[in-house]
Amino acid sequence: MGILTGWGMPEIAAQILIGFLGIFVLVALLMVLDIFLVWVERKVVARFQDRIGPNRLGPWGLIQPFADIIKLIIKEDTTPGGADKVVYNIAPMLSMMSVLILWAVVPLAPRIIGVEDLNIGALYIIAAGAIGTLSIIMAGWSSNNKFALIGAFRQVAVMVSFEIPMLTMLLIPTIFAESMGLNAIIEAQDIWFVWLAPVAAVIFLIAAIAELGRAPFDMAEGESELVAGFNTEYSGMKFGMFYAGELLHAFTFGGFMAILFFGGYRFFGLEQVSAFLAIAIIVFKAFIGYWIIMWVKYTLLRIRIDHMLGFNWKFLTPLAFVLLMVTALMNALLAGYRDGSSTMWIYVLGMFLSNVAVGWIALEVARAYSRRERQKVEGAKKVATT
Amino acid sequence: MTGEQIIFILTALFTLGSGFMVVTSRNLIHAALWLVSALFGVAVTYALLSAAFLAVVQVVVYIGAIAILFIFAVMLTRKDMRDQGPQMNSNWWFGALLSVLVFVGLFFLLQGWNGLSRTASEIPAGFDAISELGDALISPDAYVLPFEVASVLLVAALIGAVYVAAFNRK
Repeated sequence: MGILTGWGMPEIAAQILIGFLGIFVLVALLMVLDIFLVWVERKVVARFQDRIGPNRLGPWGLIQPFADIIKLIIKEDTTPGGADKVVYNIAPMLSMMSVLILWAVVPLAPRIIGVEDLNIGALYIIAAGAIGTLSIIMAGWSSNNKFALIGAFRQVAVMVSFEIPMLTMLLIPTIFAESMGLNAIIEAQDIWFVWLAPVAAVIFLIAAIAELGRAPFDMAEGESELVAGFNTEYSGMKFGMFYAGELLHAFTFGGFMAILFFGGYRFFGLEQVSAFLAIAIIVFKAFIGYWIIMWVKYTLLRIRIDHMLGFNWKFLTPLAFVLLMVTALMNALLAGYRDGSSTMWIYVLGMFLSNVAVGWIALEVARAYSRRERQKVEGAKKVATT
Repeated sequence: MTGEQIIFILTALFTLGSGFMVVTSRNLIHAALWLVSALFGVAVTYALLSAAFLAVVQVVVYIGAIAILFIFAVMLTRKDMRDQGPQMNSNWWFGALLSVLVFVGLFFLLQGWNGLSRTASEIPAGFDAISELGDALISPDAYVLPFEVASVLLVAALIGAVYVAAFNRK
C-alpha cells in the first residue's frame, strides 16, 4: 500500500485496489484448486469402484482435468427452445458465486481471513446457501424442461428443509465460543468441539451433504429418473460451472467441518510457526472432510425423496432442537468447571456424555418407532424357535 | 461526495428499480426474481449501515425462505405464467392518490426532523452489535414482550398451517 500511495495514488483508491487484488488472488487460487478437485474426485471415485481412474495424461492422469476443461470450452453452447435466456444464463454464475462468496469468511490462518472477520460468520454460511438454492430453482425453471423443473423442485425442497438442522447445529459451536465469528470459534477450540458435541458434528455433516445435493441426497439429479435433474439442459462451460461449483462446495463444507468442529487451522501450536503452515493445516483438514463426504457419496444408495424429507422433519430437526437445548443447558450448568484447567475434564466429559446420551435416546426412539411401523405392515414378528 | 454515498445511491437506485420491475413485469416468475434483487438491495443497505447481522438475516429469511416459497407457489399454481390482462384496474386513481398523500405526509414530517442533517456518532471500537441485540431482545426493560408475542404469533401460524394441511382432507 505504501508503494501505491508513493506513486501518487490517493489512499482510498489504493485501499480499493488492494482489496480487489486480494479477492482476485483468493478466487484465482480457489479456481485452480477446483481444477485439481476434479482430478481428486475422479481418482477417489475410481478407487471406491475398484477402478484406476484417469491415468493416461501426465503422471497419474494429472493433466486430465485440463483436457476436460478444453473439451467443455470448445463444446457447442446450446440454449433450449423456449428457455428464458437471461435467467438461464445467470443461474450457473449464481451457483458458482454462492460457493465462492463462502470463502469471504473462511479464516485461513490466525491473521489471514478471506475478506473480513465478520462476527456473523456462521449465519453467513446459511445466507450463501440461500443464493445457491435460488440458482438451482432458476436453472430448473428457465430450462423449459420438465425433468429440470422436477429436479429443481426436489433439490430446493431438500435444501430448504435441511437448512434448519444445519442452522441449529451452527449454534452449538456458537454457544461454546460465545461468538458467531468463525475466527473466534477457532480461537476458542483449545479442545476440539467435536469432543464436546460429537452428535452435533454428525448432524452438521448430514445436513451439509444434503445441502450439497450429493448422494445419498442427490434426488435432484436422480439420473435413472430425471436424466440429470436441474442441469439437464446445460452444456459446455455452463454445465462446467455447476459441476465445478458442486466440487468446490463439497470441499468448502469439508473446510467448515474442520473450522467448526476440528479446530480449523490449529494443530498443537503449529499454526503459530508460520502462516503458510496454518493454511496447509486447514487445507489438509478440509481435504479430510471432503474425503469423508466423497466416502459417503460413493458408498450409500440414493434415498427416496419422501423418506429423505421425513428423516429431516421427523428425526433430524427435533433431534437438533433437543440437542441445542441440552447443550445450552449443560454449558450453563458446567460453566464453573470450564475456567480452571484442572477441572476442565469435568466440563468436557459432561458435555460429551450429555451429547452422546441425547443421540442414543434419539436412535432408540427412532428404532422403537420403526419397529412399530414394521409390525403394522408385517404383523407381529414371529419368534424364532431353534 | 464520499465513496459511501456513491455506493448508497447505486444501491438505492438498484433497489427501487428492482421494486418497480416487480410490479410492472408481466411474467410472474420474473416479478419474483426482481423481488429477490430488491430484497438483496435492502440487505446491502443494512450492510452499509454496519448492521451485518440484519443484512445476513435479510438474505436468509427473505431470499432463502420467503422468496423461494413465492417462486414455489407461483410455479405450482399456473401453467402459463404470463399475465395477459391489463395491469391496472379501475381503482388506479385511488392508489395513486393514496401514495401521493403518503409521500407528501412523509415529506412534511421529515422536514421537521433534524436527524437527516446530523452525522451519526462513530461506533466505538469493540462494540458487539449482536450481543447488544440479543440482550435487548430478552431483557424485560427492552423488547422481551414484542419478541415473545411475535414468537407466539408465528407458532400459531405454524400450527394453523399444519392443521389446514393435515386435517382438512375430505
